[in-house]
Amino acid sequence: MRLNFYHFVFVGVLLIGLSYLGYTSNWQLQSCKTQQIDDVRTEEQDKDLELQNRTEEEHNDLELHHGREEQHKDLGLHSVPGLVYTQPSALNGRSDVAYMTPWLAPIVWEGTFNPTLIDSIYKQQNITIATTVFALGKYTRFLRDFLESAEQHYFVGFRVHYYLFTDQPEAVPDVKLGNERQLRVRTVPRMDRWQDISMGRMGMVAKLTESELVNEADYIFCLDVDTKFYARWSVEALGSLVGVIHPWFYNYRRDQFTYERRPESQAFIPAEEGDFYYAGGAFGGSIQEVHKLTKTCNEQQNIDAAKSFEAIWHDESHLNKYFLYNKPTKVLSPEYLWRNIDARTNEVKTIRFCSVNKNIDEVRSNL
Amino acid sequence: MGIEKKNKNLGLHSLPGISYKQPNVLAGRTDVVYVTPWLAPIIWEGTFDPTLIDFIYKQQNITIATTVFALGKYTRFLKDFLESAEQYYFVGFRVHYYLFTDQPEAVPDVKLSNEHQLMVRKVPSMDRWQDISMGRMKILEKLTKSELDNDIDYIFCLDVDTKFYGRWGAETLGRLIGVIHPWFYDYPRDQFTYERRPESQAFIPVEEGDYYYTAAAFGGTVQEVYKLTKTCREQQSIDAAKSIEAIWQEESHVNKYFLYNKPSKLLSPEYLWRDINARTEHVKMIRFSHVAKNNAEVRPNL
Repeated sequence: MRLNFYHFVFVGVLLIGLSYLGYTSNWQLQSCKTQQIDDVRTEEQDKDLELQNRTEEEHNDLELHHGREEQHKDLGLHSVPGLVYTQPSALNGRSDVAYMTPWLAPIVWEGTFNPTLIDSIYKQQNITIATTVFALGKYTRFLRDFLESAEQHYFVGFRVHYYLFTDQPEAVPDVKLGNERQLRVRTVPRMDRWQDISMGRMGMVAKLTESELVNEADYIFCLDVDTKFYARWSVEALGSLVGVIHPWFYNYRRDQFTYERRPESQAFIPAEEGDFYYAGGAFGGSIQEVHKLTKTCNEQQNIDAAKSFEAIWHDESHLNKYFLYNKPTKVLSPEYLWRNIDARTNEVKTIRFCSVNKNIDEVRSNL
Repeated sequence: MGIEKKNKNLGLHSLPGISYKQPNVLAGRTDVVYVTPWLAPIIWEGTFDPTLIDFIYKQQNITIATTVFALGKYTRFLKDFLESAEQYYFVGFRVHYYLFTDQPEAVPDVKLSNEHQLMVRKVPSMDRWQDISMGRMKILEKLTKSELDNDIDYIFCLDVDTKFYGRWGAETLGRLIGVIHPWFYDYPRDQFTYERRPESQAFIPVEEGDYYYTAAAFGGTVQEVYKLTKTCREQQSIDAAKSIEAIWQEESHVNKYFLYNKPSKLLSPEYLWRDINARTEHVKMIRFSHVAKNNAEVRPNL
């Protein structure tokens, strides 16, 4: 076949088409392992494309937003114009305590946060906080004070779902709850040893957080019941993984912490290691993180039990092991779980949540 | 698969056997504040343990994108910027530099470590330095929306007329990062150089304000930086349509954004200082600083 004019036209058009494609297609703009020079469209071409793509973009944005919403909420720290509060200082704060860990988790003390500002930020996140508490045997006697004081101080103004585990649902007192707050009672079998009750909580919370709470709540806190609230305990405590510094050991050396020291136990921590001694009476975080924590502790407890081992401070020993190698993203000062409402120290100026006096021998069914 | 990639396990994992000083509960730096009233950490020297932090973040297998714009005569800053970054910036971590320039041929040949890559993008020249500065928002918005690989976890956007002098590492990582401006960290809020004209989208009234942030360095997750740059770009456009240009250009808009969308972590002025030869009692360490330059000579316009 003889080459004619039309063949040249065809090849010409093909070449033009290919170079146009090469100029506009995406593959040219993708990053390469070696240094590469890419062209960015000029502003004019951009404007045209923008007009064309606007509806497409809006549609995609909506899809993106929707998809993300389903996956996880927007947990940005949004504030609104007009909210009035003291200017943060870059130079003046509390000088008697440390309020950040070396891995940059804030340690929450009175004076380190602004309650008005923090409440405003979190109110915009539309969150739900689940809260577990276990009241078996004679421990049901602590429920009224726990719940009534919680209604006064605990996440006031936010949506709270209490999950109350008890072997005597009929002993649950009738406490009036605020708006958007619910009490869900779960019956569990009786147990004879208080140590088993204490450690058994890990398995039950692991189950609760495995699937039931995933779409129900954003955060969960697990609290001891033989306690009472005395002051604000609220959204300043929120984080992906939250531990509370134990009120007895906050100024001790790490080799003096009452960690489990026997290498045979899964909870073992050697004398040279340790950040803080955390309290087993209060911990929390996102549903996902607390699930991982409680599942791990439950498994470690079972491994110990199979070898007839029981860690020195039971679930608290396993919690401390977990927190050493899976560091909390936020740490609460001993204000958030204190030892005795009548005892104060220089550093702990506010007592928010505290063990109540109890006759240990009388209230625990075994010695 | 996409979701699995996105939901990396970003827990703060440590391992048995690594040794570091016991954290103190009763003593920290007392000359500066290192947590904001909404409980975001403010990073100062002495507030973190670099060994521990590196250890924790190395386990997250992360990649950090870093953007820098060098147009016109600003290409002269590239060599020092890149060479000093290689010494101090995320050493030992995976970094992808995105360098936007109108003269790709002026990009110096700087030897990068194994884990660091340089991607050069050509952009059109511009006549006004203010336009170049503000124009970054639009380019960053596009970059963060669709052009960044799924494997990028964090992004930092830095000025190029700068140099690194000390560690800038994983202690700076977080969801949304703002840097306290080196000139104003001890000023009352009514003296911050916010945009004060109500007609501008960047307006902030005198009774409001947390800190004065710099626009020479900011960062966060790709999603958060996308939202920031998109909003700033939109606000800049609205102003431009009314023939208003905010007093400190995109920095005014960044400050507006950060006031109502608070950063989850702040970097102290150690992370963007003004002059290597100037020190104050609080800034004990200078990590990253603007270099001296003759504005009239290096900018395309005054």
